[in-house]
Amino acid sequence: MNYIEIALLGLLLICGIAACVSRNLMVSLIIFMAYSVIMSIIWALLRAPDLAVTEAAVGAGISSVLMFVTLKKLRDINHTFGEDQSGEEKLS
Amino acid sequence: MLETLWNNRIEVIAVVLFAVGLTTLFLHKNLLKKIIGLNIMDTSGYLFLTSLGYIEGRLSPIVSDGNTDPSRYVNPLPAGLVLTGIVVSVSVTAVMLALTLRLYRRYHTLNLDEIYRIVHREQEEEP
Amino acid sequence: MAKKSFRETLREWDEGNFDFTMKTAGIPLPENEDGKEKEGSEWSRTPHLRTAGSEIKAFSKLYPVFAGLLLFAVITFLLLVIVEMPPFNSPDTPANRSEVTWRYIRSGLSETGAVNIVAGVILDYRAFDTLGESHVLFAATVAVMILMLAKREEEEPEEELSILRNDLILQNTAKVLVPFLLMFGAYIILNGHLGPGGGFSGGAVLGGALILYSSAFHPGKLQKILNMKSYRIIVLLALSFYSGMKCYSFFSGANGLETIFGTGTPGAILSAGLILPLNIAVGLVVACTMYGFYAIFTRGRI
Repeated sequence: MNYIEIALLGLLLICGIAACVSRNLMVSLIIFMAYSVIMSIIWALLRAPDLAVTEAAVGAGISSVLMFVTLKKLRDINHTFGEDQSGEEKLS
Repeated sequence: MLETLWNNRIEVIAVVLFAVGLTTLFLHKNLLKKIIGLNIMDTSGYLFLTSLGYIEGRLSPIVSDGNTDPSRYVNPLPAGLVLTGIVVSVSVTAVMLALTLRLYRRYHTLNLDEIYRIVHREQEEEP
Repeated sequence: MAKKSFRETLREWDEGNFDFTMKTAGIPLPENEDGKEKEGSEWSRTPHLRTAGSEIKAFSKLYPVFAGLLLFAVITFLLLVIVEMPPFNSPDTPANRSEVTWRYIRSGLSETGAVNIVAGVILDYRAFDTLGESHVLFAATVAVMILMLAKREEEEPEEELSILRNDLILQNTAKVLVPFLLMFGAYIILNGHLGPGGGFSGGAVLGGALILYSSAFHPGKLQKILNMKSYRIIVLLALSFYSGMKCYSFFSGANGLETIFGTGTPGAILSAGLILPLNIAVGLVVACTMYGFYAIFTRGRI
């Protein structure tokens, strides 16, 4: 439990900060998915398997998919209004 | 003090993540980043709650061999509380993303400051 | 400019006339900007907006300072709290010695019949909580529908996900994965009282499988089965079934009547009284909600 727990906690901290700091929204979302997966492993180690299953399905799955769809939709709105060049900059 | 913090390291990590999420929620200008920050805040709170119920060397709260001795299992109460919270947080995320999309359709930017300015200007123009 | 009192400033700010970012930046409003803005951005094209852009720039310079200060203050305060907290990993903390916890573990199996104590807690002892949460999910879907449902005249174009829909790798992966995902979700829901899982996680897995299918293939077939009408029927039936069963359970429990749902033998699939049907109801609500979110976000309708 000990070493793997410390490694996972360090990764969790790195992922949490990187998701907030990174400039590109897509990168940020992918890091957020990784954050959710690491969190679910930590919950499995903390003897809470119900939480681990739920977080793996909800946090890393549904929540991130919704964010990806939102990002795609934002790009679509940009293209509809003909802001193809500056739009990418605004999103990131 | 350092020893206490080292022993409570999961809670320390949860606190740091909470502060990171709070900072992103308050001070970042991008609306999607704000949503990610709120999600990080959520999960760090859940991590804190779960860590309160953990006791080393005990089993997860699923009764085995019909043995119902309370000193054999970890605390099931935080897990029950957090389980409902996770699903609520995803529905909150969905509502916030829908609001963000509506804002983007109206103002064509994700930057909250620019949205404020456009709103301000529109209010000035029409008396 | 005469110095205003704090109260006046606050009122101005409240009415929207006071520029908070400039005040905190502490620099005077720049009179002219020649080429400071990025070429082609909306701000430089509209002269009226130029000052706004430079104010934002001034604030963005100070952003790391504010972020660092807030981060430092919050972390320090919360770490001081943690030092005073009972030690991690000890069985003698108030949370772990509370009578409620002991009662849940000691008599949870005999009172609810659920092997998984957490399922017993959230669907029997605290079933009202879970009922309210299912309604929160329903309310969230309604809110997303109000915000996002496409109007008849400006329906969302169907080619939006066409890039995804013709992806060979995605389609073949979905062909292999979707049956297993559906089966796994059903397994998690039906075994909620016997092992880790339950309505929430199983419903999320089911919803994930539906999302994968509908993003890989043309969603027409799925829409025949799961459209607005069937969504309404499923969610309404599940929520009212949940409410009715809990009403019956509270009524019979409060009056000391014998329920028709016994606890059964622990470990059997048909045991634990109401927990299995309630898990199924919650799972259906969660799966429909998750798929509904995705469908509304991509197509503007379920």
